[in-house]
Amino acid sequence: MKRLRASALVNGLLAAGALVTLFPLLWMVSASLMSPGEASATPPPVLPARPSFDNYRELFAHGGMWRYLANSVFLASAATLASLIFNVAAGYAFAKLRFAGRERIFRALLGALVIPGQVAMVPLFLELKALGLVNSYGGVIVPALASIFGIFLVRQYARSIPDELLEAARIDGASEWRIFASVVLPALRPIVVTLGVFTLLATWNDFMWPLIVLSDKDLYTLPVALAALSREHVQDNELMMAGSVVTIVPVLLVFLSLQRYYLEGLLAGSVKG
Amino acid sequence: MTRQRAAWLFVGPALAVIGVFFFLPVLAALALSFTDFDIYALASLANLRLVGLRNYSELLQRPEFWNALGNTLYFVIAGVPLSIGASLGAALLLHARAARFKAFFRTALFAPVVTTLVASAVVWRYLFNTRYGWLNYALGGLGLPAIDWLGDPRFSMPAIIVFAVWKNFGYNMIILLAGLQAIPEELYEAARIDGASVWRQFRYVTLPMLTPMLSMVAILTVAGYFQLFAEPYVMTQGGPLQSTMSVLYLMYDEGFKWWNLGSASAVAFVLFVLMFAVTAAQIAWTRRRGPA
Repeated sequence: MKRLRASALVNGLLAAGALVTLFPLLWMVSASLMSPGEASATPPPVLPARPSFDNYRELFAHGGMWRYLANSVFLASAATLASLIFNVAAGYAFAKLRFAGRERIFRALLGALVIPGQVAMVPLFLELKALGLVNSYGGVIVPALASIFGIFLVRQYARSIPDELLEAARIDGASEWRIFASVVLPALRPIVVTLGVFTLLATWNDFMWPLIVLSDKDLYTLPVALAALSREHVQDNELMMAGSVVTIVPVLLVFLSLQRYYLEGLLAGSVKG
Repeated sequence: MTRQRAAWLFVGPALAVIGVFFFLPVLAALALSFTDFDIYALASLANLRLVGLRNYSELLQRPEFWNALGNTLYFVIAGVPLSIGASLGAALLLHARAARFKAFFRTALFAPVVTTLVASAVVWRYLFNTRYGWLNYALGGLGLPAIDWLGDPRFSMPAIIVFAVWKNFGYNMIILLAGLQAIPEELYEAARIDGASVWRQFRYVTLPMLTPMLSMVAILTVAGYFQLFAEPYVMTQGGPLQSTMSVLYLMYDEGFKWWNLGSASAVAFVLFVLMFAVTAAQIAWTRRRGPA
């Protein structure tokens, strides 16, 4: 009897919690299919009377959504790919290759984790302006090319690669580059996927830096465009819901399909304290 | 020797990027905060002058700064405990033996974390709508009066906090869930044999075992909450009556709306020093309470 009550309580609370977290997202989808003005009613309608994709059509035909979507897809994948190359190579070197000052440099990097990235933003803007990268894709990507967190994540994982494996390859006469490509990279595959998902979601969702560095509408990423659109279209609930769906659904799908890797990265990153 | 060179080839590009696009700007921010870098200096560096600590002294005399600082502290002090409380509650529920469909519930509760902040803020702006929003509709159902969430300066920050907690409690939930799973089952068995109630098991087994992890989570969450920006930018634009203006928002406006890059750098550094002091205090407090 007591068991049953406990079970009802626990599962009831979990269901209530899931309702709170999922309802805004489900309603966003539902409202995006409503006709203009339909959501502005009391009580707010749960489902559209006549579902239609008109809001999406409007956004893509006249709102420049294709452009923003393409910008986001390109910037997030380019930044992810490039930063993977930089971070994985560096993380491996910090874990397995000897070079002068290795420990000192690594400690300095870890110490710098307490500096919030926003401190760098003002001078970074001036620096990129001098390099001619303000208001360009490059301006968004360049600061994301390498991250201390990413190097740290890879280093922790790479330490588990047995030294004998690398030595054996060296004795066989393989170059360091070849060892990296054919021994190290396969061994690091799980952490590469983890870091990749992490970086992809972070760059897709990033807002403040693209907002600062991009001024040309044609270069806007989805979050920056959505923030601007939502200031123009304060009354167009349904249209903005469609814009939110377009922005959120891709990352949600990536997360759902690679959830295990993402959560592993989250846990690995949190034990740095 | 070649191995040493190979190592530098591997590590060099990443270090160069971090050096040029992170360490250098951080140092430059400090230097910039001692200058009157503004829109004229942006046009020609001939207009740049060193002003010593004037940016800082002027900042400390501006009511906008104290307002932004107060709002940010409000957000941190009210938001962090609520957020961690929600994370801990959800983690305990997910860890409970009676819980069913754990994988589904875990994903559902975590989902807001991966959503794009700007997009979910747009959604929540409508949930908070005074006349048509679901939140006031729910309040009405409970017989409570409607609240002008985003238009009333008394409720704008609570609204932002509600949204922020919804958005990110799932992150710490996953970490704390892992912590709960690492507590040896024997401890609970021993407590049960001693006749300890569920509450006493939580109080004397779960909580002490989880304390190191809770301290770490608190330190990271406080640091994150100090960086409040996108939520008010999208939902309230810092209003009404500047009630959701944060320190970082002030930096953004100073720097990229008014192009006072010198004083914007001073704002950034004040925020950094404040965050550093709070983090250091938290770490010291954690250590004093016993080896973590």
